[in-house]
Amino acid sequence: MIRLEARNATPAWFNLALPVAAVSVTLILCSGLIALAGASIIESYGIMAAASFGDLYSITETLVRAAPMIFTGLAVAVAFRAKFWNIGAEGQLLAGAVASCWVGGIEMPGALGMLAMAITGAVAGGLTALVPALLRVKLRVDDVVSSLLLNSVIFYALMALIEGPWKDSLSGYPISPPIQDSANFPVFIEGTRLHLGVLVALLMAPIIWFMIARTVLGFSITVTGENPEAARYSGISIDRVLIATALVSGGLAGLAGVSEVGGVHYQVMSEISPGYGYSGIVIAMLARLNPLGVVPAAIFLSAVMTGADAMSRATGVPAFLSDVIQGTALLSMLAALLFMNYRLRFQARAA
Amino acid sequence: MSLPIIEMRGISKRFGAVLANDNVSLSVAPGEILGLLGENGAGKTTLMNVLFGVYAADTGTILIDAKPIRIHNSADALKLGIGMVHQHFHLAPRLSVIENLLVGTPGIGGQLDFAGGRAKLADIEREFGLKLDPDRLVSSLGVGEQQRLEIIKALFRGARLLILDEPTAVLAPPDVDGLFIALRAIAAKGLGIIFISHKLNEVRALTTRCIVLRHGKPAGEVAKPAAASAREIAELMCGHEIVTPARPAAKPGRPVLELDTVCTANHPGMALRNVSLTVRAGEIIGVAGVSGNGQKALADVISGLLKPKSGTLKITGEPVGEFSPRRVQALGLGRIPEDRLASGLVSNMSLAQSMALPRVGQAPFSRHGLLRQNAIAEFARNQISEFDIKCQGPDARTGTLSGGNLQKALLARELAFNPKVLIVSQPTRGLDIGAANFVYDKFLGLRAAGCGLLVISEDLEELLTLSDRIAVLYEGEIVSLAGSGDATVAKLGLLMARGRERAA
Repeated sequence: MIRLEARNATPAWFNLALPVAAVSVTLILCSGLIALAGASIIESYGIMAAASFGDLYSITETLVRAAPMIFTGLAVAVAFRAKFWNIGAEGQLLAGAVASCWVGGIEMPGALGMLAMAITGAVAGGLTALVPALLRVKLRVDDVVSSLLLNSVIFYALMALIEGPWKDSLSGYPISPPIQDSANFPVFIEGTRLHLGVLVALLMAPIIWFMIARTVLGFSITVTGENPEAARYSGISIDRVLIATALVSGGLAGLAGVSEVGGVHYQVMSEISPGYGYSGIVIAMLARLNPLGVVPAAIFLSAVMTGADAMSRATGVPAFLSDVIQGTALLSMLAALLFMNYRLRFQARAA
Repeated sequence: MSLPIIEMRGISKRFGAVLANDNVSLSVAPGEILGLLGENGAGKTTLMNVLFGVYAADTGTILIDAKPIRIHNSADALKLGIGMVHQHFHLAPRLSVIENLLVGTPGIGGQLDFAGGRAKLADIEREFGLKLDPDRLVSSLGVGEQQRLEIIKALFRGARLLILDEPTAVLAPPDVDGLFIALRAIAAKGLGIIFISHKLNEVRALTTRCIVLRHGKPAGEVAKPAAASAREIAELMCGHEIVTPARPAAKPGRPVLELDTVCTANHPGMALRNVSLTVRAGEIIGVAGVSGNGQKALADVISGLLKPKSGTLKITGEPVGEFSPRRVQALGLGRIPEDRLASGLVSNMSLAQSMALPRVGQAPFSRHGLLRQNAIAEFARNQISEFDIKCQGPDARTGTLSGGNLQKALLARELAFNPKVLIVSQPTRGLDIGAANFVYDKFLGLRAAGCGLLVISEDLEELLTLSDRIAVLYEGEIVSLAGSGDATVAKLGLLMARGRERAA
């Protein structure tokens, strides 16, 4: 008979082992779908790996796609640490994209333009996240619902903008006007798209880690999430912490939008985010809300997305597999978290 | 002696490096009330969890009616006639008494068997004298009645062995008497009872035999608890001699905590009504009362968590204008909360972080908003050694510490900042004698050093041991404030239960 027994302590190596186990289980489960599509499992995963890490160009492409997800992963990790359930990184990303696209269109010196884009994008994201935070603090509205539904509001506001005032009058496409050429983010390696936003994303992870682990604000965020009653008793204002968390979280998600506008698309269109905000939730969970873990988790999901396209072309397995892998990875990770607090115990039945 | 209802033989259970039970045996015969004693961490709870199917023992056997059995989960235990009354009740407050009893029963044709249930409840009332109106909502029951319902629930399901885990911790003195009468009636009908408690006077009054555990091992047996002194039993529990703390005459100084006609809005339960109270330097004031009579509001006002509607609070002579934990702390107030892990410390953070928590925004723990990791760790390390906190060091997860060590950590956290006045709620709830005496020593040391203490407690023995004066809180009012020399448990118990008018 197998039963679950509560653990007294969790070994430290579990923090690494659990995500690895979850990812392995995910790949094993999803291999069934590949087999179902009539392709070779080893070959398909081989093509995925080669397409995302096979040469310098594919590595840079994987990083380019990982950048917005590092931002959204950090955004969700910070929010979830305070138990502010921000499911709205997608909308905050879009708000950041729109705001930075607008500022990026204004003529000014390049460096200043990029800085202005980053600031307005982060502010727009932060203000968007402020809506569910204020609703929760002032009116006790459930933040999961309000932050999730706000995503649709922002998305359709964006659509209205690019179908209306921003519509390209010549071509008639629903695409915003491009930002100034001078505001296009510099690319580090010629022939690739490895842009400034990727570097900022990679630097942001240790910065957020420092904020969480080494500042009074980060400490307050963690206490508020772990034990709001103890936070209150110690004189930490939970409402203020939640609002600060929302601003930081939304700001990070807004930067994801800035990075996509400034470094990849140079304008805003309806498909600017293929769900990077939602992927942020998967990434934050895989990273166990550790900002440093967000980077490998985001690179993993990016590799799956990049790899799935190539695999689809080569083997005919539908590229939707990447969505399945994402969803399965989240579920596997949630299941794996059970083992943080419980262990399996095998025992013989009575003779 | 008749055949035991239950026998546990040579039970051992290991958690990692800790041997929680080491070759422990016990048996309960029909009609016996067995006391299970031991300090915190002695293995009582583990042993009962093995019996109730929560844990599987590594070695050893359990026999019921002399037949070896295996208990895989609590459903098995219930089927075998083992009923457990936990310290925290497992009841559905919005359902009636009878509905709570019928939850989980098979029923007839998909419907609960109300008629059968009522008949059975009437049988239990007749047989054991346990009375409870089947149609009352559980939310309308007092604590003592809820506990009675838990006992009835166990009997209802056919328990022949009742395990009670610290049943008196939540009760006022009159309810304790009622509980004991019921338990004796149950034992007289040939059922077995295992009674876990820290309160040795209760153990001596109730049990017919006691088993003492120490560090997971059997430490001895007390054949006639009524004939043994509390001190003898306590020394068996902790394995060394016990010195009760002496309380020299008070030398009260200037007032350090003054409440003047404080009224509050309804706080969880009960508001304060015109509470005036002065604590002077070098004295201990006890606050007695059945829980829910305004203790929480009193503690929260003084701790800066609740702003009174009217009235004033002065700490070390300064009026507290802005009610915040930081303000009262800055005025020299130390605080030990009632619930250590719910409001005092953070289970999932390190001990060092938990100990820095209320002052984390100040020197030495942070500067310019940045944490000073070394100062936080060093503070914890110093206090761990000074207060002899048993843990794996400053980085230990707070939740892994025992209740006594958590309380030491809270004391260490506050005492390091030399409070002029200390407010404490339920300082020794759930602590064993060794840990409780440690706490008392610290309190009396503070008193001698000129600190004023306000101790809110439901344990009257404790208040009589510690306090220079005892205030009784009843329905949000202080109904009596007298020197502890004039007070007795009986007198205080009456004031607590009925207030001033009816007690007079």
